[in-house]
Amino acid sequence: MAAGVATWLPFARAAAVGWLPLAKKTMPKPPVDNSSRSDEILYVNVSGVRFQTWKNTLDRYPDTLLGSSEKEFFYNEDTQEYFFDRDPEMFRHILNFYRTGKLHYPRQECIQAFDEELAFYGIVPEIIGDCCMEEYRDRKKENQERLAEDTEANEAMDAPLPPHSTPRERLWRAFENPHTSTMALVFYYVTGFFIAVSVIANVVETVPCRPPKGSVKDLPCGEKYQLAFFCMDTACVLIFTFEYLMRLFAAPSRCKFMRSVMSVIDVVAIMPYYIGLVMPENEDVSGAFVTLRVFRVFRIFKFSRHSQGLRILGYTLKSCASELGFLLFSLTMAIIIFATVMFYAEKGTKGSTFTSIPASFWYTIVTMTTLGYGDMVPNTIAGKIFGSICSLSGVLVIALPVPVIVSNFSRIYHQNQRADKMRAQQKVRLARIRMAKKGTANAFLQYKEDRDRDSDSTALCVKNKSAFEHQHHHLLHCLEKTTNHEFTDEMTYSELCMTESVGFRTSRSTSLSSQQGGQNNSTGCCPRRARRRAAMRLANSTVSVSRGSVQELDTLHVKTTSIPPQTRSSLNAQSDDLKLNCGEQDFTAAIISIPTPPANTPDESLPPSPAPIPGILRNTRATAYTHETVKISSL
Amino acid sequence: GKDPNPIGQTEGSKWQKPRLSRKSLMKCCLVKWIIASTTQQGPGKDSSDSDLELSMVRHQPEGLEQLQAQTQFTRKELQSLYRGFKNECPSGLVDEETFKTIYSQFFPQGDATTYAHFLFNAFDMDRNGSIRFEDFVLGLSVLLRGSVTEKLRWAFNLYDINKDGYITKEEMLAIMTSIYDMMGRCTLPSVRDDSPFEHVEKFFQKMDRNRDGVVTIDEFIETCQKDESIMASMQLFENVI
Repeated sequence: MAAGVATWLPFARAAAVGWLPLAKKTMPKPPVDNSSRSDEILYVNVSGVRFQTWKNTLDRYPDTLLGSSEKEFFYNEDTQEYFFDRDPEMFRHILNFYRTGKLHYPRQECIQAFDEELAFYGIVPEIIGDCCMEEYRDRKKENQERLAEDTEANEAMDAPLPPHSTPRERLWRAFENPHTSTMALVFYYVTGFFIAVSVIANVVETVPCRPPKGSVKDLPCGEKYQLAFFCMDTACVLIFTFEYLMRLFAAPSRCKFMRSVMSVIDVVAIMPYYIGLVMPENEDVSGAFVTLRVFRVFRIFKFSRHSQGLRILGYTLKSCASELGFLLFSLTMAIIIFATVMFYAEKGTKGSTFTSIPASFWYTIVTMTTLGYGDMVPNTIAGKIFGSICSLSGVLVIALPVPVIVSNFSRIYHQNQRADKMRAQQKVRLARIRMAKKGTANAFLQYKEDRDRDSDSTALCVKNKSAFEHQHHHLLHCLEKTTNHEFTDEMTYSELCMTESVGFRTSRSTSLSSQQGGQNNSTGCCPRRARRRAAMRLANSTVSVSRGSVQELDTLHVKTTSIPPQTRSSLNAQSDDLKLNCGEQDFTAAIISIPTPPANTPDESLPPSPAPIPGILRNTRATAYTHETVKISSL
Repeated sequence: GKDPNPIGQTEGSKWQKPRLSRKSLMKCCLVKWIIASTTQQGPGKDSSDSDLELSMVRHQPEGLEQLQAQTQFTRKELQSLYRGFKNECPSGLVDEETFKTIYSQFFPQGDATTYAHFLFNAFDMDRNGSIRFEDFVLGLSVLLRGSVTEKLRWAFNLYDINKDGYITKEEMLAIMTSIYDMMGRCTLPSVRDDSPFEHVEKFFQKMDRNRDGVVTIDEFIETCQKDESIMASMQLFENVI
């Protein structure tokens, strides 16, 4: 239970005096409380540091070590104190929890030591107050991650293969984690080497070499040593193709693999070569062919498998996408505005380079990024003015968002983490509250079960319950007796509804209720509306129902209004005592029992007055009536 | 400022032309900020005062001797009670919301807030919206150490919601409904809509001697004194503290 509840329980129990005049049944006996009621000061010695506190303070949390009888194990008769061989610094915080109801996490302490102390004293860490919760969680998470990393690193170093792995699994593992076997490492380095070779070859191809004999102009090396370059290219592509096919074969989920970024890069890296092979050597497509060769530069991205840093950069850019997008958008807006302005400013000039607005885009971009190539310059005064405004605003537009993006990214990232943590913590807290509620409810139901099972309630169910629980259960029991209903759990309640509906249906087959059944047609579970209507009708009807005929009762029902005016006179007019128990079937019985003269002093336990009633239903109902704590007699 | 009605508005047009009046300009955040940053901070720190929350009112109870005289508790009991009370409510006052929360914790299956409201009014004798330690202890003294007549009087006071000396059926129905609400949904047999109502009927049949539709304090005490089970149960909670 929550903090401080133990303090208020005596008050709630005292207030139960208010139920006493209303109770339908006699109240149960209170639990015997033999412990001394007066408060005393306890001495707690933790490794030599003596703490003193009231007994009541510790009793506030009966499910912890200090609040329960478990502390008796630590009692030292010689010195008349409780001795704990634990850290006194930590104990100060624990004791403060009892005093104030809030648990704080001392920041200078090690998180694991704190956890251990909490576990020893039986305190769950979830009740750490909001002020310290975040710090606690962060430290704990950090600690756990560090431990996990260490263990993972240890495992990864020399983890043995799972015993019965197929060659395919082994191959995949070799690809993903090259450090596992020598072959994998060799393959890893070989592919890296060939990527480098391929990229360098692409670059060197375009460098002009000395022309062959008999020619004047410079030739790029690619054309001079065409065969050599072709062979190198072929070798690289063969290796890449082989690697890609191997990965494809080894991948546990081929579709997923084919969709992954690295695989796309692989494909793009090798496709141009094959396309170039199959394409015929004619002039029309040679332009396209040249374009395809550009894609060979994508091979450089294959390095990202080999470099952790590249991957992190890629991930960072991906996560910053929205901010970058906004930057781009605002830049585009500015560019369009300034380009338009410059174009119209420079329109009249002869020989102006600002031929169109799109042409002015180039000027705007160059000016805003403060590059200033000088290939396009404004000549008019207006153009120069706007040009200067453009370059000034360029500094602002580009320089400002970048730190904002950086800090935004960091803030949003942390905030997200915090929001997730808060949500998780909230869920846990709610779940715990629900569980505690359920726990108390279940404890009471359990207590009742035990009580019903054994006839005398004193000794047998005392087992593990504290005085607090005893008293709380007694309080709930008093409430039950006051209202003459019993607490039950969800399952029983839903079963009850089931039997009700079943019972109702079977009762309809009996002769008497044909018309009434039709009138009070209610569906399934707990037909409250129908019952209320019925009760209201009866309330309104005058007592001249000493005729027992069903027909007249029916007509009575038809006549009366549905909403009873709640005036004193009309309420007093009803003098019947309707013991309407659950279910329509009882209702019909009650109708039948109206002819009996109303009892003057209705007792709490209603004796079934054996009224001269037609109908078989009455007998079966008798059992229902005598037992106040009803298990519904299913008809 | 100018008149708020925009002159550009034609009959039936939904879009109102925004007025560049001085008022609307002053409302513009940017303008405000510019003006605020250029003007000096005034010497009076009035705005910051309103930001300060007034510290909680602290209520000090009457002296220990006085409470000892007024109640039937011993000195030690009063000390223990006050320690618990002060720990829970450092300000010395319990307001209704707190009271409802505390009381609801004991009845997890149902809704105890309505009954707690009535109980709060029964304890809060001077009707000022909060229970002080004196109210708390005086109430407890009656409930735990008082004579049977006093307890019955307290119960009558609880039922009499408007404290006019009569319990009407409506008041009793409200009390009864709130008690049945505390039971919650999952009960055996299930609480029907008219359960409180019939309970009230029974109560009135028993208590209302002259059948005038209200129960007075004398009728109440007299009837209860004649009922043995009620008398027997009055001793039930004596050893709570």
